[in-house]
Amino acid sequence: MQKFKQLDALVAPLDRANVDTDAIIPKQFLKSIKRSGFGQNLFDEWRYLDHGEPGQNCAARPLNPDFVLNQPRYRGAAILLTRDNFGCGSSREHAPWALEDFGLRALIGTSFADIFYSNCFKNGLLPIRLPKAEVDALFDQAAAVPGYRLSINLEAQTVTRPDGKTLAFEVDPFRKFCLLNGLDDIGLSLRHAERIREFEAKRRIEQPWLFAQES
Amino acid sequence: MLKTLYDKLWDDHLIRQEDDGTALIYIDRHLVHEVTSPQAFEGLKLAGRKPWRVGSIVATADHNTPTRGWERGIEGIADETSRLQVQTLDANIREHGALAYFPFLDARQGIVHVIGPEQGATLPGMSVVCGDSHTSTHGAFACLAQGIGTSEVEHVLATQCLLQKKSKNMRVEIDGVLGRGVTAKDLALALIGKIGTAGGTGYAIEFAGSAVRSLSMEGRMTLCNMTIEAGARCGMVAVDDTTLDYLKGRTFAPKDALWERAASAWRKLVSDEGAQFDAVVTLNAGQIAPQVTWGTSPEMVTGIDGAVPAPEDFADPVKAEGVARALQYMGLTPRTPLTRIAIDKVFIGSCTNSRIEDLRAAAAVVRGRRIAANVKQALVVPGSGPVKRQAEAEGLDKIFLAAGFEWREPGCSMCLAMNDDRLEPGERCASTSNRNFEGRQGNGGRTHLVSPQMAAAAAIAGHFADVRTLS
Repeated sequence: MQKFKQLDALVAPLDRANVDTDAIIPKQFLKSIKRSGFGQNLFDEWRYLDHGEPGQNCAARPLNPDFVLNQPRYRGAAILLTRDNFGCGSSREHAPWALEDFGLRALIGTSFADIFYSNCFKNGLLPIRLPKAEVDALFDQAAAVPGYRLSINLEAQTVTRPDGKTLAFEVDPFRKFCLLNGLDDIGLSLRHAERIREFEAKRRIEQPWLFAQES
Repeated sequence: MLKTLYDKLWDDHLIRQEDDGTALIYIDRHLVHEVTSPQAFEGLKLAGRKPWRVGSIVATADHNTPTRGWERGIEGIADETSRLQVQTLDANIREHGALAYFPFLDARQGIVHVIGPEQGATLPGMSVVCGDSHTSTHGAFACLAQGIGTSEVEHVLATQCLLQKKSKNMRVEIDGVLGRGVTAKDLALALIGKIGTAGGTGYAIEFAGSAVRSLSMEGRMTLCNMTIEAGARCGMVAVDDTTLDYLKGRTFAPKDALWERAASAWRKLVSDEGAQFDAVVTLNAGQIAPQVTWGTSPEMVTGIDGAVPAPEDFADPVKAEGVARALQYMGLTPRTPLTRIAIDKVFIGSCTNSRIEDLRAAAAVVRGRRIAANVKQALVVPGSGPVKRQAEAEGLDKIFLAAGFEWREPGCSMCLAMNDDRLEPGERCASTSNRNFEGRQGNGGRTHLVSPQMAAAAAIAGHFADVRTLS
């Protein structure tokens, strides 16, 4: 997993509430057995004017000029501003895969859906929750100032605006540790393999029906 | 200390905890399907790891599978990428093993959230995970059941554990008696309408109250299934006689003396009297009408006696803008009574509403009637092979076919349209599924979520109709 320490990047505002993972990456692209290559189909139904199917040359497809990520001023954005409940719906991890593959590294919004939120951290993508008033101000500024950038420091847990104002955010220490170091949490969990084995052995004796029918 | 059901389930699976509360939770049952598992198995292989306990795995192919043309075998999956995904699951299970595998074309194949309970592979007190958000369904059996991402699927395969922090407790108390024609689906939609699609974010929901106790297991599964649409990763119902009666004798349920021992342990899977909840929401079942969604989020819902709202009804500008966009996408005009909205297609199926009780309820409405002339297609997709055969044994297939419905093979089908069952742009559907997101049932498709009875009533009338007033 890619480490995340600091990021100074262009900001794109996606001004919609309840953006679901079906919108982030439509179902037809979930047929892939790979983890990569989803970026070109990120927000496919909003981003292109035609209907997307797997295997197309997306460079040749007609873009929807009204969609925020297609506007020249937001090209190269690595930070996406979002509204309430971003990432709701399906648990598909293809959503963070697509966001990351597109080039986004951080999301800033008022709230994220639970499963999506934890999926982001597994993929080097930092979702930042801020109070509504602060998010509203960021939306206003990003719309008003072309080339609007924000600076994120995960170690310090801060987002710094161009006017110097610093916004503090919360993140679980464990997730922060994994993201700062680009750590695979499976390796970390397996350090407790002995504990897991003991727990499992005890469970097998106390609640054998949970293990029944195994050969 | 007094504990909620969720507290009890959490404590019973807790292996260890970091200082910040991040916990290692043991997983009893891992349900696996073809869409969210291939990258997890590949990750396992790349890291040189093996599954920790294949005996926890129950697998099936459901998302991509066609609902007709099964006589052509695997070639019946016309789309090459879909076929490869189904074959990849076959190969992964063949390589590693599983407690049970119900592959494409198997007599017991079906939607993963239908077959787990049906086979008794979902048992009270289990922690259940699946790379699918509707895993919350299994909470109906007092399980700690939740949807996970593919990285977590790999984590569970490798460690038999999940890393997560404990959620807060929410109790949804539904008392009163459901009116005729009002179902668990209507309770779920009414709840989401009340608390919103983010109302349950950060919570584990326990459904309680007399209306919940009176639901069958099928109804409880429908209710818990939709918990994720309220933002909560898991929903659950305490164990009672209904739970035990459903499970007794099922394939993977314990037998004889072990059943007695298990049943007495399961009886304790209830919230302690007086246990504290962080939030409590109450609903009166008697006041809930059959629900119909009108927008592109499950919270955009109202009773069948209501009308499409206008953006200006909403004070919050972001919400008003969302409503305006939804009405444009749905092709609806504010103030239109729901009963005046004509439909093009009907879908009865999905992990929300494809169980035998759902099919019986829809068939009871359809019996002796014909679908309206303007309905281009009406599909019934049973949740599993056993559901399909049970329905056929009861003659339900004949009732549907006589009315002009198509009777299909099991799978997720038009709930998410990964196979060939889908809406064309602009088509409007009365659907018993769980999500009315833009494009969910097909690019440009317009989905209205309803109960099986209401889908059947819409099929007959050609527009949404109040099932309570049908003779």
